[in-house]
Amino acid sequence: MSVILKASGVQKSYRMGKATLHVLRGVDISVKEGEFLVIIGASGSGKSTLLHILGALDRPTEGLVEYEGISLNALRGRKLDQFRNKTVGFVFQFYHLLNELNVLENVIAPAMAGVGTLGWLAVRKRTINRAEQLLEQFGLKDRLRHKPYELSGGERQRTALARALINQPRLLLADEPTGNLDSRTGSGILESIESLHRAGQTIVMVTHDERIAARAGRVIRLSDGVVQNVNSSV
Amino acid sequence: MYKWILAWRYFRKRPITLLAVAAVALCVFIVVVVMTVMNGLVEEFRQKNHRYVGDCVVSSDSLVGFGYYEKFLETLETQPFVTAASPVVRQVGLLTQPGANWNIGIEIVGLDPALHARATGFGDSLHYRKAAPELAFVPTYEADGEGCIVGIDLMPNRRLPEGGYSHEAEPFPMSLVVSSFPLNIRGGLARAGTDVVSSRTFYYSDDSHTGLVKVDGNTVYIPLATAQTLCGMDSPVRRINEISIAFASGVSLAEGVRRVEGLWQAHAAAHRDLPGGDLFDHVRVESWQQNRRSVIAPMEKEQAMLLLLFLMLGVITVFIVFVVLYMIVSHTSRDIGILRSIGVPTSGVAAVFEGFAALTGVVGAGVGLAGGCLFLWRMNAIEGWLYEHYGWQLWDRSIYAIGEIPSQIDLPLVASIFIAAVAACLVGGLAPSVKAGLKRPVETLQVSQI
Repeated sequence: MSVILKASGVQKSYRMGKATLHVLRGVDISVKEGEFLVIIGASGSGKSTLLHILGALDRPTEGLVEYEGISLNALRGRKLDQFRNKTVGFVFQFYHLLNELNVLENVIAPAMAGVGTLGWLAVRKRTINRAEQLLEQFGLKDRLRHKPYELSGGERQRTALARALINQPRLLLADEPTGNLDSRTGSGILESIESLHRAGQTIVMVTHDERIAARAGRVIRLSDGVVQNVNSSV
Repeated sequence: MYKWILAWRYFRKRPITLLAVAAVALCVFIVVVVMTVMNGLVEEFRQKNHRYVGDCVVSSDSLVGFGYYEKFLETLETQPFVTAASPVVRQVGLLTQPGANWNIGIEIVGLDPALHARATGFGDSLHYRKAAPELAFVPTYEADGEGCIVGIDLMPNRRLPEGGYSHEAEPFPMSLVVSSFPLNIRGGLARAGTDVVSSRTFYYSDDSHTGLVKVDGNTVYIPLATAQTLCGMDSPVRRINEISIAFASGVSLAEGVRRVEGLWQAHAAAHRDLPGGDLFDHVRVESWQQNRRSVIAPMEKEQAMLLLLFLMLGVITVFIVFVVLYMIVSHTSRDIGILRSIGVPTSGVAAVFEGFAALTGVVGAGVGLAGGCLFLWRMNAIEGWLYEHYGWQLWDRSIYAIGEIPSQIDLPLVASIFIAAVAACLVGGLAPSVKAGLKRPVETLQVSQI
């Protein structure tokens, strides 16, 4: 398996008045295509920050992140938007669905964002079909016209998962996807993620739960902004 | 597509949107109503002045006037671009009644009523002889007397409190004494050192209502030849003060004035060496707009000032929309973060909020326009009702010489106001929209997780 995502010496700091808060202190990781990588750490260890940097939602203070040899640090404007839209699918702990849109519209939103109005007319039917298939796969066939506030936590997270996959991204990044769910619902989400991995999806997931980490192919332990050790569960 | 869906959903669902829409609607309503009324009043005033003097005026700056006009009139009458040309005497004078102890200053206007009715709107200003202006100076009750037409506001007890005028079935018998200060051809008082004033008694034969307050309250019309004699303008050559000219249909004002100017210059050149020919130096040829400029310009200036005030109102509208959009952007930080995280570009996010601003403008302006047009349609009825029940009028008709308040909706004006309102909203929404687009996703998403 080839390395598709590589972080080298990544540091992230925030200025808090006169003091500086160092969240990441030089992280080196690589993600191979098709692998299921979990980044585990306690609260405040910097794992969400690292995930955001890997997904180009944030920039490191120092260090380099490369996707297939292309530096994410150098991406700007349209190229950055396209990376977020087409290459990465993000799943957040708090779902982050748009309350003004229904389930189907939330799922197809990334597809609409990637094309203009005329382009959308050309891909609309195909995209809606794919969205409906994803939602059916996640058991949301009867929820297409519902608004997010009409859904349970698990349903919202599955909607977010479908949204993250609509553009068939190379990378699925999940930030504590079960953190806000009960264990049973969370287990259902994990099963969905595992089945995606089995289908060949590259997944990087952040969690603080050892039981969830145990289901990953490889685990990276983060503590105080540095990588403590790397385990392979396989 | 997501831009329009989100813009519409935000527009529909956010209560604060109503405030912005209401602000835009109110501004548009005020502008539509006030501009329509103001434009109507100004245009009405302009047209009254146009009807008063005709299309073109050949006039002298001096009260002495100019002579040798008969030949010029003959020349004008042969021109296909001229419909009619009417000679006019204008002099200062006094008006009183026989045996009365009062005297008021007036303008004496001498004219041929039939000719003047063809050259201007004079015929339409008459009351009793509107259909037969050639009989305007014939008093019905005094067969041998010489009639005079009086400005309607000079007549006692004509004006009704609610507006309009009352008239008897026939002109009531009334004699008036008109006096003038005759000037000789050299510009001096004709009877200096003797009995300077020249007076004659006339019989009231009709009213003239031009709608121009200064004219209707200040003018007495008498026959042209009589005016010339009364004012000392009959020797050594007969003189007048101006000629009112009407152009044929289809002749542009500028072209007509240009041609009259050419004819006048030729006429003046041919007669300059005759006695009194130097009086041509004081004569100019003007369009009605130029001739009445000093009267019309103040109203047009007020109109321009009003427009300026409304521009300031537009600034306030922009500010209101800016504030509302700014608040909405602040409240939708999470949504912005989500949109950016799924790859929506800066311009896309900005477009969502600009679309919202556009919807605010379109809906607000639409509501304001509809309300304004409805109000204008019923405005005079509302004023009539208020006057009937509370004795209140927007413009006291006993003071202001207007009939109905102008309420004719001008489509280009209304369209301009609509476009300006939408544009103001787009301008007001620009800064918040750009701010929304420039937000960094991780900041807004992390804040929303707290």
